Amino acid sequence: MKGTDGTGVVEKALELGAKPVSPGRAVDALRVLKRLKLEFELITYPAEMGADEAREAGIEGRTIGKIVSKKTTAEDTKQAARGMLAEGVELILFAGGDGTAIDLIDAVGTRVPLLGVPTGVKMHSAVFANTPEAAGEVAARFLREGLPLREAEVMDIDEEAYRQNRLSAKLKGFAKVPYEPAMVQATKEASTGYELADQKAIARWVFELMEKGRIYVLGPGTTTRAVAEELGIYDSTLLGVDLIKNYKLVAKDVNEEQILQAVGGKLATIIVSPIGRQGFILGRGNQQISPEVVMEVGKENILVIAAPQKLSSTPTLKVDTGDTKLDEVFRGYIKVITGYRQSRMVKII
Amino acid sequence: MNYQQARWASKECLEPLVFELGKAGRRGATLPPKIPAGVKIPESLIRKELELPELSEPEIVRHYTRLSQMNYGVDSGFYPLGSCTMKYNPKISEELAALETAACIHPYQAEETVQGALELMYKLERHLAEIAGVARVCLHPSAGAHGEFLGMLLARAYHKSKGKERTEVVVPDSAHGTNFASAAMAGYNVVVVPSNARGRVDIEALRKAVSKRTAALMLTNPNTLGLFEDEILEIAEIVHGVGGLLYYDGANLNGILGKTRPGDMGFDIVHFNLHKTFATPHGGGGPGAGPVGVTRKLEKFLPMPVVEFDPKRKRYRLDYDRPQSVGKIKGFYGNFGVLVKAYAYIMQMGAQGLREVTEAAVLNANYIMRKLLDVEGYEIKFDQSGPCKHEVVFSAEPMKNKWGVKAHFVAKRLLDFGMHSPTYYFPPIVPEALMIEPTETEPKEELDRFIAALKEIADEAKTNPEKLLGAPTATAIGRLDETKASREPILSWRAYKKRVAHA
Repeated sequence: MKGTDGTGVVEKALELGAKPVSPGRAVDALRVLKRLKLEFELITYPAEMGADEAREAGIEGRTIGKIVSKKTTAEDTKQAARGMLAEGVELILFAGGDGTAIDLIDAVGTRVPLLGVPTGVKMHSAVFANTPEAAGEVAARFLREGLPLREAEVMDIDEEAYRQNRLSAKLKGFAKVPYEPAMVQATKEASTGYELADQKAIARWVFELMEKGRIYVLGPGTTTRAVAEELGIYDSTLLGVDLIKNYKLVAKDVNEEQILQAVGGKLATIIVSPIGRQGFILGRGNQQISPEVVMEVGKENILVIAAPQKLSSTPTLKVDTGDTKLDEVFRGYIKVITGYRQSRMVKII
Repeated sequence: MNYQQARWASKECLEPLVFELGKAGRRGATLPPKIPAGVKIPESLIRKELELPELSEPEIVRHYTRLSQMNYGVDSGFYPLGSCTMKYNPKISEELAALETAACIHPYQAEETVQGALELMYKLERHLAEIAGVARVCLHPSAGAHGEFLGMLLARAYHKSKGKERTEVVVPDSAHGTNFASAAMAGYNVVVVPSNARGRVDIEALRKAVSKRTAALMLTNPNTLGLFEDEILEIAEIVHGVGGLLYYDGANLNGILGKTRPGDMGFDIVHFNLHKTFATPHGGGGPGAGPVGVTRKLEKFLPMPVVEFDPKRKRYRLDYDRPQSVGKIKGFYGNFGVLVKAYAYIMQMGAQGLREVTEAAVLNANYIMRKLLDVEGYEIKFDQSGPCKHEVVFSAEPMKNKWGVKAHFVAKRLLDFGMHSPTYYFPPIVPEALMIEPTETEPKEELDRFIAALKEIADEAKTNPEKLLGAPTATAIGRLDETKASREPILSWRAYKKRVAHA
């Protein structure tokens, strides 16, 4: 992390996606930084990958890298990210869609925080702020005072299926994204304000609720991972579905077939967490937990867990199992575990 | 009217700490030369040295006077802190609580010698029971949250007596933070229900939330948005239907005095805040009082002792014979001084007076609501079709979106007008919330001044936001670094010394 202590000089980086996106929104976000009189160093990529937007927003930046204008690719995005990481930026502010987010985590993983400016392109990943202005504000606060970071889902939409009007998403990975604890803390539930701590609290209670002899189907995500860690399991899969029994990991990254075999005719519980920007608890990123699995286990044996920070960005949840009748059964309010001995009624729409 | 607060400061800091004033050897009080004969102090309690400040009386008086001039209370000006009911505290209550017969009695004196005090507590209890529509009231809890906790203990005792294992308490998302904490402290799992678009409890969510595991629903009515829960009878049915209890949080009692009663709405446990509704002094840290009333079926669980009247001997007495009581929750009988002030207030007002209190409180809030709706920059997120009750929650989100000025800037700038800010960022379901509760003790001119100030602030946000970002400037202490304050708080003189030593 570069930056001079005491004078408040911090750094940020700006880049835009490889495909042309609405530059106006990126400019809106940058304008907020200018309006808030944030003292920071802007590092950006040439022309339409950031420099143009910075200029339009009236911010002086330092441009690195080389591109062939109007012919940028995903590789340019990744290069930009790697270059910015090498420069020691504190935050990569990007404008783009899920594709850009995937490219970024491909290049830098969770080594540098990311924050997405929503641009109107399909955004299923949970790395985007609600509005360009909000992106600017969170970035400013993050750089000025520091904000905690949470791991947010990066989703990959199956383009082919999408074009055929089917929505099929895969959980590609996680990005580190800043969030505002004060706002979340304001929910007054027993939230520490810090997602990691809240996830641990949830995990603690789930652990207490677990029964011996019961099979637990653990969906993907960082909250379910916290549950595994609470049991002393440190090699559960982040992106896949794992099976736990008697507090031990019995199978990793299983498919639908394997799950059905494990739960068939036995006492089982499915533990899932909302995925992506719209908060899907079934059908996005955890398709292995198919309608058949759900019906075998029973709706009453599905435990939904989510830290307040996650719910504050996705206040309603969704299901899309592929079986519309099953989806209908889920509509309405369900109890979501949000902390130690704390839960909240959340609507599935 | 212009405002400028006093500011006493040296080069380095504001008014020094009392420990940093004075000189060795100075005394502000005359103490007897030695401990009187016959008074035995245990060896372990005798101190050889006292690290006390050494100031003369004038130095002490001036020090505290200077501090008071840099303070702000309801005696200074308007204090529209929503949910707190910062009404003016009548001085007569202070006088009465300071009477020797009230202030200099001891809780362990023989009952015959404190009949007046016992009578006061008995009658206060009767009055509160009548106001709330309940059977009996316990005066022991000494703070609002303390009362909430007692409420939860009573619920627990009730369900245990029925042989039922109830593990959950339902709380609306707009509830005051202490509700969640009190339920959790009593060992319950908390289930949060959301509010609907009208700002009231979502009935559909509530239906799904309750079950045979539900011990109670905690509700404030009017709720923290200043709106009356008009479906309260249905809510009561849903909760009672599963065998749960209905708990009333009395924070907003000022909105319904003499007009309706929690007991009549179906509440089984009713909590009061004497330091809110009944005009006893209200400041962070107390002393306060959070009495709790119950319906007949819960009476036997109340803490001991209870003040009873013996009609044969025409005497008041303390009854400790309560085998099913939840026990003792406070030393002695509660904060007696506070009880005296609350009783004095009720006696001054009378039934008609209390009704007028609510009428004026509600009228004042609605006056502000209607006037402020016309001011650009502020809006109401929830139901603005009907009246609000004794408080109104505005959102400064338009101001934030149009001019980049958030609620806390409005709050800080208001201090420059010589007014305390409203509660902000609560309830959390309203973004950029400003919760305004004028109370009934404000004259119309004061409300107009407040509205004019908010309008001026909105104008400033539009034309000259710089001014707002630097506010407050007319107060003793200007803009604080709140982030630093919350990250590196210094809460004691010892901690301060350590910090200064390391600097």
